[in-house]
Amino acid sequence: MYGFEALTFNIHGGYLEAIVRGHRAGLLTTADYNNLCQCENLDDIKMHLSATKYGSYLQNEPSPLHTTTIVEKCTLKLVDDYKHMLCQATEPMSTFLEYIRYGHMIDNVVLIVTGTLHERDVQELLEKCHPLGMFDSIATLAVAQNMRELYRLVLVDTPLAPYFSECLTSEDLDDMNIEIMRNTLYKAYLEDFYKFCQKIGGATSEIMSDLLAFEADRRAVNITINSIGTELTREDRKKLYSNFGLLYPYGHEELAICEDIDQVRGVMEKYPPYQAIFSKMSYGESQMLDKAFYEEEVRRLCLAFEQQFHYAVFFAYMRLREQEIRNLMWISECVAQNQKSRIHDSVVYMF
Amino acid sequence: MSGAAIHASSWAAALVRISPYTFSAIGIAISIGVSVLGAAWGIYITGSSLIGAAIEAPRITSKNLISVIFCEAVAIYGVIVAIILQTKLESVPSSKMYDAESLRAGYAIFASGIIVGFANLVCGLCVGIIGSSCALSDAQNSTLFVKILVIEIFGSALGLFGVIVGIIMSAQATWPTK
Repeated sequence: MYGFEALTFNIHGGYLEAIVRGHRAGLLTTADYNNLCQCENLDDIKMHLSATKYGSYLQNEPSPLHTTTIVEKCTLKLVDDYKHMLCQATEPMSTFLEYIRYGHMIDNVVLIVTGTLHERDVQELLEKCHPLGMFDSIATLAVAQNMRELYRLVLVDTPLAPYFSECLTSEDLDDMNIEIMRNTLYKAYLEDFYKFCQKIGGATSEIMSDLLAFEADRRAVNITINSIGTELTREDRKKLYSNFGLLYPYGHEELAICEDIDQVRGVMEKYPPYQAIFSKMSYGESQMLDKAFYEEEVRRLCLAFEQQFHYAVFFAYMRLREQEIRNLMWISECVAQNQKSRIHDSVVYMF
Repeated sequence: MSGAAIHASSWAAALVRISPYTFSAIGIAISIGVSVLGAAWGIYITGSSLIGAAIEAPRITSKNLISVIFCEAVAIYGVIVAIILQTKLESVPSSKMYDAESLRAGYAIFASGIIVGFANLVCGLCVGIIGSSCALSDAQNSTLFVKILVIEIFGSALGLFGVIVGIIMSAQATWPTK
C-alpha cells in the first residue's frame, strides 16, 4: 500500500538498499573529476583513481595503460556490485534487477549481429560486449542469417523472447533492419519494464514511471533526429515510439512528421520539462543535445535517492555508474590524445 | 442492581456475565505481547539498514545502536506494565464477582493493557523507521546523526505517554472488599 511501505520493505530489501546507498556514496564527485581533468597522462589517472573505489580494480594493471583497460576494469566493478546485489535479492526485487540487464542484452545482440554482417571475428566481438548483457548462447548469434533464424536458434531461450513478436520477418539482416530491430526490441522492453513497475506499485512505480517515461521520450527524440533524411517512412518511425511517456500520444504524432531539427525543437518546446533542455541550445545545433539529455537524466536519477523503501534506487545507481564510466572514458581519451581543452564538452557532473 | 434494567437473554447481559478475570488476563497479555511485537518490528527495520550501511561506513555501528536501544525500551515498558497489572489481581468471592465494582476493576486492567500495548506498538514502529533512515543518513554525512536522534527521542516519548496513562488507569482497578 502506498505510504506504508516502510513497515515491510526492510524484511527483504533493507540490507540491499543500505548497500546500494553505500555504493552511491562512492560515486565520483565534482572535486574528483576536477583532479582527473588535470592529469597529464593515463598513469596519473590511474593514481587518482586508486584513491577511489576503483582502486583495487586498477592497481594490478601494468603500465602503459590503455583507455579501454580503464573502462573495462571500471565496468568490472559495476558488474561485481550488481552480481552481489542480485544474488542476495528475493522476488520481486530480483526480477527488477534482472530487468536492468535486458537493455544491455539487446545492445550486445545488435553488436554481434552487426559485427558478423561486417565480417568481423566472433571472439573479437564477444570481447567488446557489455558484461552485464551476456547470456549463454550469445556466440551462436553469429550463425543466423535472418531474423527468424535469430529468434529460433538463439533468442527463444533468453528473456528477450517475448520482445520479438513484432520483429519476426524473413528479410535478410542489413544495417537498416538491424537498427529497426534494436529500436523495436528496446520499445518492447521499456513497455514491459513499465508494466512491471506499475504492478509493484507504491513509491517504486511512481519514481520508475518518471524515469522510464523520460527514457522513452529521449529515445523518441533520438530516433526522430537520426532518421531525418533516411528512407525510414513516417509510419515506420511512429511504430518505433513507445506507448507511454509525456510525449504519448500527441507528441509522437507531431514528431513523426518532423523533417529537421528545428521542427523537433518546435514540438518539444510545448512540453515544459523538455523546454528547459532545448532552450540551452542555440538554433540549428544538435551536438549539445546528447549532453543536455544526460544532464537531465542524472538530475532525475539523483532525485530517486531522496526517498527510502523503494527499488528505484537500484536502477538509479546502475545508471549513474554507467554515466560515470562514460565520463571516465571521455576523460581518459581526451588525456591520452592531448585534447584537454575538450574535456568539459562531455563530462556530466553528478554531485 | 446490575441485572435489573437488562433483559435476561440480550447481548448486553451476555457481555456483563463474562468474568472480569477474563478481561484482566487478556489485558495483561496484550500489554506485553503487543509491546514486544512493536519492539521487534522496530528492531528489524533498523537492524537490516544498519547492517547494510555499516559495510561501507563501519564507523556508524556504535552510535546507531542507540536506535535499537530505544526500540528495546518499548518492550521493557510493556514488561513493567504487565508486572504492575498482575499485582492488581485479587480474589473476589463468587457472590460479588459480577458486581459493578468487580466489573470495573476487570475493565480497568483490560483498558490499561490495550493502552500500553498499542501505544508501544506504534512507538516501536516509529522509532524503527526513523532509526533506519538515521543509519543511512549517518553513513553519508555524519553531522546528521544528532539531529535525527532528536526526532527519535520525540518518537520514543509516545511509548512513555502510553505507559503513564496505563498506570493511572490501573490505579482504578479496585476490587470489592470481602
